[in-house]
Amino acid sequence: MSIKLEPTQEQIKEQKLYAQMGLSDEEFALVESILGRLPNWTETGLFSVMWSEHCSYKNSKPVLRKFPTTGPRVLQGPGEGAGIVDIGDDQAVVFKMESHNHPSAIEPYQGAATGVGGIIRDVFSMGARPIAMLNSLRFGELKTPRVKYLFEEVVAGIAGYGNCIGIPTVGGEIQFDDCYEGNPLVNAMCVGLIDHKDIQKGIASGVGNPVMYVGAKTGRDGIHGATFASEELSESSEEKRPAVQVGDPFMEKLLLEACLELVKFDSLVGIQDMGAAGLTSSSAEMASKAGYGIEMNLDLVPQRETGMTAYEMMLSESQERMLIVVKKGHEAEIVTLFEKYGLDAVTIGHVTDDKMLRLIHKGEVVANVPADALAEEAPVYNKPSAVPAYYNEFQAMENVEPTVADYKETLISLLKQSTIASKEWVYDQYDYQVRTSTVVAPGSDAAVVRVRGTNKGLAMTTDCNSRYIYLDPEVGGKIAVAEAARNIVCSGGKPLAITDCLNFGNPEKPEIFWQIEKSADGISEACLALESPVIGGNVSLYNERSGVAVYPTPTIGMVGLVEDLAHVTTQQVKEAGDYIYLIGDTKTEFGGSELQKMQNDGRIFGLAPEIDLTVEAARQDALLKAIQQGLVASAHDVAEGGVAVALAEKTFGTKFGAEIILEGSAVTALFSESQSRFLVTVKAENAQAFEVAVKDARKIGVVSADAKLSVRGEDGSTLIEGPVAEFQDAWKGAIPCLVNSEA
Amino acid sequence: MKFAVLVFPGSNCDLDMYHAIKDELGEEAEYVWHDTKDLSSYDGILLPGGFSYGDYLRCGAIARSSNVMTEVVKAAEAGKPILGVCNGFQILTEAGLLPGALLRNKNLKFMCRTVDLKVVNNNTQFTNQYAKDEIIKVPIAHGEGNYYCDEDTLQSLKDNNQIVFTYSSENPNGSLEDIAGIVNERGNVLGMMPHPERAVNELIGGADGLAVFKSIVKQWRESHVNQA
Repeated sequence: MSIKLEPTQEQIKEQKLYAQMGLSDEEFALVESILGRLPNWTETGLFSVMWSEHCSYKNSKPVLRKFPTTGPRVLQGPGEGAGIVDIGDDQAVVFKMESHNHPSAIEPYQGAATGVGGIIRDVFSMGARPIAMLNSLRFGELKTPRVKYLFEEVVAGIAGYGNCIGIPTVGGEIQFDDCYEGNPLVNAMCVGLIDHKDIQKGIASGVGNPVMYVGAKTGRDGIHGATFASEELSESSEEKRPAVQVGDPFMEKLLLEACLELVKFDSLVGIQDMGAAGLTSSSAEMASKAGYGIEMNLDLVPQRETGMTAYEMMLSESQERMLIVVKKGHEAEIVTLFEKYGLDAVTIGHVTDDKMLRLIHKGEVVANVPADALAEEAPVYNKPSAVPAYYNEFQAMENVEPTVADYKETLISLLKQSTIASKEWVYDQYDYQVRTSTVVAPGSDAAVVRVRGTNKGLAMTTDCNSRYIYLDPEVGGKIAVAEAARNIVCSGGKPLAITDCLNFGNPEKPEIFWQIEKSADGISEACLALESPVIGGNVSLYNERSGVAVYPTPTIGMVGLVEDLAHVTTQQVKEAGDYIYLIGDTKTEFGGSELQKMQNDGRIFGLAPEIDLTVEAARQDALLKAIQQGLVASAHDVAEGGVAVALAEKTFGTKFGAEIILEGSAVTALFSESQSRFLVTVKAENAQAFEVAVKDARKIGVVSADAKLSVRGEDGSTLIEGPVAEFQDAWKGAIPCLVNSEA
Repeated sequence: MKFAVLVFPGSNCDLDMYHAIKDELGEEAEYVWHDTKDLSSYDGILLPGGFSYGDYLRCGAIARSSNVMTEVVKAAEAGKPILGVCNGFQILTEAGLLPGALLRNKNLKFMCRTVDLKVVNNNTQFTNQYAKDEIIKVPIAHGEGNYYCDEDTLQSLKDNNQIVFTYSSENPNGSLEDIAGIVNERGNVLGMMPHPERAVNELIGGADGLAVFKSIVKQWRESHVNQA
């Protein structure tokens, strides 16, 4: 060993030092048998980080295999930095979502910021120009100073990074529930555009080709971040703060521009982000994918601290770095390109034919391990799964209609629930307009970004009602995908594909693994029914704080294609006199609903709402066709809080009101969360054609000029009546009020 | 008319400015990298928004030392129209081409929203296409847009009609006297925090900002014809 302070091979084994890095006894024995000898300290580090759940998916692989990942438009499925889907005209959309939960739990600003930075690099490492960001966030209730701090700092971190780098943050969603109090979820999604000819891969091929390091220098930050992300949070997690990286969006902006120039060079062979597990994962994966080896001299790695060991350099997760392989003899042009941006571009090694990842430091070989073993041969575990007791209990319950004394007050209270309330306080801090292509900004169903130079747009959304998934993971998984698709359709787009972020608790608990399996089944089924395959994503397990798991939260990020910008539709009503239609049937379904949660101090129970994917697909198809024919003035899916909330939201930000009559029991008609429903408005002259196009639409009322909401029962009794402003003020004011309150 | 869109490391509204000129205004535009030492071939200079040099040290403080800024000063002295938006405004104040400074927003947060602006002075080469006191809707997106200057400077801004735009229905960032945009004494250098280049097409939410660029072109054409 070159560094005296590092333990010897024997000490690592005898004192089980590998366990501190997250390797099990069996895994260490496997490493020993792969190498035919004991690994040294650096090598133990390489294996531990590459075999962490975060990098290897060793616990989730059997589940991920279930996902449909192909389709006629899919150009790149899971396995590269991001998935790619064809959108015609030799262009494609590139997107992926990733979690940064653990870092955000202990250092929210940097945790969220570097989550944004990381996912942007995944997209531009494919050669794509990032054009939009979205996010999906989960916090505890905004009652404690700690939760408020996490909320404010996460939002500030997302804003700080995204605004500076100049990619608009156009959409997202936030849910608040007690289960996220100690373990918030921060999922960031990036969408990029690419010409087919520019698509890159992370491969290291061609013996003798130089391996170059470009971007920011390496420091000691983020060492073992991937390992940290693969264990439960606890009181001692604060000590892991050094495992959180620090972001520099200015550096990333330079790296982004340089890399997008780089992908035009014929001499570029492969490029990959140094994300989780930094230099280790990028080098091992690029070599393994190409069937080659890599030898690197770590003395040449640009460093911003002195005296770094091989172990530290290989495990550092310093941000804003890329590893590239170029054709031999072309190094100079690469150096010149990066110099323009003031960035390092240094040859640190070369491609070999022996399939080994070999590291040299201070003249000694400090690691020599098969690249495939690191990248591909992590053990895969088929974890035991068991049905949780709570599930059986919930399944035995019946759907009961809650008691509501005052419908109007209940609606106002629902509009103030932080999950439903306006998120303007949040997106006001995000630059959602830079790049001047945002056609539908935050605040409608899905965001729409135009594709400059064409008449097309991309609709995009993130969704996941984790309450339904907790109650029934399979049904909830279906709903998550269906709801994302509803948002896309309401905005005038056809779903293309999804990326997912599977946020769950500790998979070693059979009840948690069961949640993972079942929700993946539901997601897969919905993806097939809605023709929207999974083209990439990430898995975040061990989302627990002191033994309490978050709700199972497999966040869905979906992108759809708007074939003609004339099809773009928003949720707000457009004109007095337009008819209001409700599409879909309303049943008494309150399990996991906002009303149930509100009436039971945050507790949810019972059955998740039912969903029939055949009905869902047919209805989405009919509505999209009606939108494309220009028959629909506004469209909004019915979600948390039911028809009453959806109707109120449709009037907010307009000068209009709405008068409707609802059939059936009032509480159900107003607040049930039955699935596959939409509220749309249609101009009177289009009513007949619309009713032909969308068979299960029922006219329930009319948009009024007086800025009042009026909901009556079928017997003519007034259920809810009041000025829109009264409802809107409650909805708008709720989050600022919670954030600024002293409690 | 040919515009230079300056690009500093960290600029990010350069693309928006470029497309506003090319696609919506129909004039010529070229990106010009920060180390350029000659701007003589351009008729107008645009300093876009963004985070030049990451806003490190102070917004615009590093960019003002770029090679190209020497040329911007020359262009200003030659009377060419120069427009700085957002970070571009910050750079112009740092460079001393405009008085005052931009402080952090009073709520200490970045804010992105569309605001009402009043065209206080329509007698400038940047606003001749607006009516006096016209209210227009233009987006803002900044963390440090809180305009400040000392009392004497404020008085001279008023005396010389240098205040061009003010925030109308709300003052979002705490700016002194609701100031959103000012010109230099000579009237050929405008700095403003709101983004007219983001309001050039109804598709992206409005077109009230386009008249800023149309005004520049109109003035330039007239003076060009007169000279010819």
